[in-house]
Amino acid sequence: MNKFTTLSGIAAPMPLINIDTDMIIPKQFLKTIKRSGLGVNLFDEMRYDDDRNEIPDFVLNKPQYRDAQIIVAGDNFGCGSSREHAPWAIADFGITCIIAPSYADIFYSNCFKNGILPIVLPQEQVDALMKDAEKGANARIEIDLENQSITSSDGDVFTFEVDSFKKHCLMNGLDDIGLTMEKAASIDTFEESASQSRPWV
Amino acid sequence: MSPKTLYDKIWDAHVTHEADDGTCLLYIDRHLVHEVTSPQAFEGLRMAGRSVRAPDKTIAVPDHNVPTTLDRADATTMTEDSRIQVEALDKNAKEFGVHYYPVSDVRQGIVHIVGPEQGWTLPGMTVVCGDSHTATHGAFGSLAHGIGTSEVEHVLATQTLIQKKSKNMKVEITGKLRPGVTAKDITLSVIGVTGTAGGTGYVIEYCGEAIRDLSMEGRMTVCNMAIEGGARAGIIAPDETTFEYCMGRPHAPKGAQWEAALEWWKTLYSDDDAAWDKVITLKGEDIAPVVTWGTSPEDVLPITAKVPAATDFKGGKIEAAQRSLDYMGLTAGMALTDVEIDTVFIGSCTNGRIEDLRAAAAILKGKKIKDGMRAMIVPGSGLVRAQAEEEGLADIFKDAGFEWRLAGCSMCLAMNPDQLAPGERCAATSNRNFEGRQGRGGRTHLMSPAMAAAAAITGKLTDVRDLM
Repeated sequence: MNKFTTLSGIAAPMPLINIDTDMIIPKQFLKTIKRSGLGVNLFDEMRYDDDRNEIPDFVLNKPQYRDAQIIVAGDNFGCGSSREHAPWAIADFGITCIIAPSYADIFYSNCFKNGILPIVLPQEQVDALMKDAEKGANARIEIDLENQSITSSDGDVFTFEVDSFKKHCLMNGLDDIGLTMEKAASIDTFEESASQSRPWV
Repeated sequence: MSPKTLYDKIWDAHVTHEADDGTCLLYIDRHLVHEVTSPQAFEGLRMAGRSVRAPDKTIAVPDHNVPTTLDRADATTMTEDSRIQVEALDKNAKEFGVHYYPVSDVRQGIVHIVGPEQGWTLPGMTVVCGDSHTATHGAFGSLAHGIGTSEVEHVLATQTLIQKKSKNMKVEITGKLRPGVTAKDITLSVIGVTGTAGGTGYVIEYCGEAIRDLSMEGRMTVCNMAIEGGARAGIIAPDETTFEYCMGRPHAPKGAQWEAALEWWKTLYSDDDAAWDKVITLKGEDIAPVVTWGTSPEDVLPITAKVPAATDFKGGKIEAAQRSLDYMGLTAGMALTDVEIDTVFIGSCTNGRIEDLRAAAAILKGKKIKDGMRAMIVPGSGLVRAQAEEEGLADIFKDAGFEWRLAGCSMCLAMNPDQLAPGERCAATSNRNFEGRQGRGGRTHLMSPAMAAAAAITGKLTDVRDLM
């Protein structure tokens, strides 16, 4: 997994609340057996018309946001399905940080498995960064995961909370499975004891 | 011992390792797998030279891509990318030695219907699947939730999941339901109250007389949509209804093991003085047959209501509501019962079980669907289909003008040939009314099977109580 430490990038404003996984990556693109290549279909039905032409009004089609690396979003971002294709598409597009007041549970967890940092901030701070993002390509937002801080283009600094284990894995690009394999003995012990207490499982 | 919730009890029974910061390794008793969210996980195992740690606890079935038309044995009914995904599951199930119900097996169906039907899902278990509607299995008093593909790979390799504990929410539905009101109306009404983010960070336990009175099928409908309320999982304490459903199922314990299991299962309830982080109470008698009007499952109203205006809402919901009204082609102030429907879809992991089909058949018996209506019933599994045929329900559906399909996810998410055309308006018993969910530009109104059947007859959103 790619490491996430610091980022200085353009933020795309998406103030809509409840941006769901069907918007992020519609179901017809879930038929892949790969993890890569989904960036071109990120937000597909908002981004392209029926003839596959770009819809100019959609934020990521605007010249100033085509290289966005951050999304500033409304409440409950990523609600809906468990499809990891959503963070795969986001990462493949080049976005590695999202800032929103809240996220759906599974989407939030999926981000950390894919080198994406989903930051939770209070609504008024998200509103301030949304205004910043609306300035376009000249307004770069800086993220520092180590210090858990965001610096707006005007130099305002916001701090954020993140789970210490998730932070550690993201900063070091660690593979969860490898970490768990190190605890194999505790899994063996649990299985042995469960086979006595709950043999029907 | 300090009092515990049901969730606390199941959690505690499955922690295999706890780190100082509270991050736990949770043991997984049942891992359900389908073709869409698993190929990358199996490929990851292969690349790392890993095997499936507990193939006997891993159950795979193709459902999302599978056509539901009677000619599906003919491979050309599937698009090439769908076929590749199903073939990948065939291959992975065989290579890694997990339990498998291929398309040709009569037991094939939607993974969340097959698991309980075959007795894989039992009280007190931890159940995961790369699908958000895994919450369904919480109806058995098991801790069940959806996971992403990286986590699917993690569970395949280690039979555990890295988790932090959620908070406890109690949703109590007191008293009795009124006639015409079903489990679907309960679960939609709860989301109408909490909103789609109201459950974020919680596991919801549903309780109260109206929940106790539900069959297992109804309880599965309620828990299925816990995810639409944002919760990690929904759960209902097991009782005699649960035990009766489980007894004798192919993979349920037998004999002395059944007795031992039962003894433990009977301890699985929230203690009277357990602490709750949030409590919501609804009166069963206040719940009406409901429909959704917008593009979020929280956009719920009684069928007797009028389409709202965006200005009825506050904050970010104003813009979202206006977007929904535009997408749905609805005007504020119109009666919901004046909204005309093109298509009816009865099925899905929310409402594709035998009781759902019985409820639809009770409304449709001796009736015809409106001229020009496209209507389909898609049983949740091959066994549900067989039972519906035996009970004579299939004849009622066919006589009414419904298409009687084979099992699969079908039009719930349109990854298969069953889709809405742009602008087509559907009365659906599924779980999501998101933009494009049932096909690009398609318009979805969520409701119960009885309400969907009523809409098929009249051609409009309809109060089922008028047809009873």
